[in-house]
Amino acid sequence: MLEVKDLQVYYGVIQAIKGISFNVNEGEIIALIGANGAGKTTILHTITGLISPKQGEILYEGTDLRKAPAHKIVSMGLAHVPEGRRVFSQLTVYENLLMGSYTRSDKNEISDTLQHVFKRFPRLEERRGQMAGTLSGGEQQMLAMGRALMSKPKIILMDEPSMGLSPILVEEVFDIIKSINKSGTTVLLVEQNAKKALSIAHRAYVLETGKIVLEGDAKELMNDESVKKAYLGE
Amino acid sequence: MSFISYFIDGIRLGSVYSIIALGYTMVYGIAKMLNFAHGDVIMVGGFVIFTVMSTWGLSPVFAVLLAIILCTVLGVSIERIAYRPLRKAPSLAVLITAIGVSYLLQNLALIIFGANTKSFTSVISVPSLKLAGGKLSISGETLVTIISCIVLMIALTLFVKRSKTGRAMIAVSEDKDAAVLMGVNVNKTIAITFAIGSALAAIASVLQFSSIPSISSTSGAMPGIKAFVAAVFGGIGSIPGAMIGGILLGIIEILGRRYISMELSDAIVFLILIIVLLVKPTGILGKKHHEKV
Repeated sequence: MLEVKDLQVYYGVIQAIKGISFNVNEGEIIALIGANGAGKTTILHTITGLISPKQGEILYEGTDLRKAPAHKIVSMGLAHVPEGRRVFSQLTVYENLLMGSYTRSDKNEISDTLQHVFKRFPRLEERRGQMAGTLSGGEQQMLAMGRALMSKPKIILMDEPSMGLSPILVEEVFDIIKSINKSGTTVLLVEQNAKKALSIAHRAYVLETGKIVLEGDAKELMNDESVKKAYLGE
Repeated sequence: MSFISYFIDGIRLGSVYSIIALGYTMVYGIAKMLNFAHGDVIMVGGFVIFTVMSTWGLSPVFAVLLAIILCTVLGVSIERIAYRPLRKAPSLAVLITAIGVSYLLQNLALIIFGANTKSFTSVISVPSLKLAGGKLSISGETLVTIISCIVLMIALTLFVKRSKTGRAMIAVSEDKDAAVLMGVNVNKTIAITFAIGSALAAIASVLQFSSIPSISSTSGAMPGIKAFVAAVFGGIGSIPGAMIGGILLGIIEILGRRYISMELSDAIVFLILIIVLLVKPTGILGKKHHEKV
């Protein structure tokens, strides 16, 4: 479904991504794990067009995303939940969700999706008139995920969804990711919390300073000695 | 009674400043740039009206419509040609470009219309309103200006709060990248903002030159700069801030001119800018930036 080939990204003269290739199949949860500065966020930003790569291909259902303008990508079925939620604080919860469906025009379908999102996140319905900036961190994460779901994506890119959340909320967020995947949406998950990411992912890639150093089945990686030492703290 | 009539005149002037300030503040909020050529768009609007009415002898309605259309096209073109290529450039480069565009427009007007001040016939032909047994008279221009201002403010607020494009504008002003992820075309949104701001500038020019019936190539500069002060005064980036800042500034300017000094009225306006910046750098309704992590 999504195939990244020999991706190279530079920030000025510094090479942040040094030739990365990976693929995501339909229905999978794929985790990209690695420490701070490994290039995880850069990869997601490059896929959704916020950064242009120097080299490489990003094929999504056969089309090269590099040729599409960034604002067209979401309508192709690819939603991105950015790091730090990035909800629109001056808009209400409801208006934020409407922004998620910005590229869709059928009002009935949008309100159907809205009902689905409210069913998945009852808290958002309770707070629909509240300014997004006044929500707690956990609620903002729910809103960011709900907003992405409003575009009815085929694949959803999630950047550090557990960041800054209490353990109970982390648990909840990962349960939600699992259930989003169960209902048919492919997930590309970037996480520092390797243990949780590997526990829900089908396959995973381990990144170190812009390169993939390990890849494979998530369960196997969880038992890999080097992964255990470096990322799972065991 | 004279105080009340000065006060009302202040509201009239302030209404013009508010309408111009909206253009400054919306463009600043969304493109994070100060469009110093905004004031000169008013001058262009004035010359369009002058040409249509005095030179061609056509109707004021046609003059106003043509001014709005041409100013909108001008504003969007300026953005497309001068500012868009600088989207990723340092803000200083954009600022210098804006000043350059401002002088370009002024000098083009100088070449086309000459250096002599042209006198204007008022576009607005509404009879004045007599109140308190004829002791208080409000001119037709003043009535039209204040009512236009109120109508425009309500329309603009509804547009920004209720429409899909308005929401996209708020989203872009807050977080461009996140807005792109929602599928918002940032360039298009910025162009729409310039179009709205320039159309408002054209309306401001109708109101301004109806009350002060003379125009030259630099006629847009002073109201432009004062509207900028009004925008900063109210809190740049804030739409209600521009309205409040504009009205207050107009009242202060007129009352200052009548009761303090005719010559110092402009100085008083800029003194207020300095005081506001010292006491509350974000302006009356300015937002403090703090983000939740």
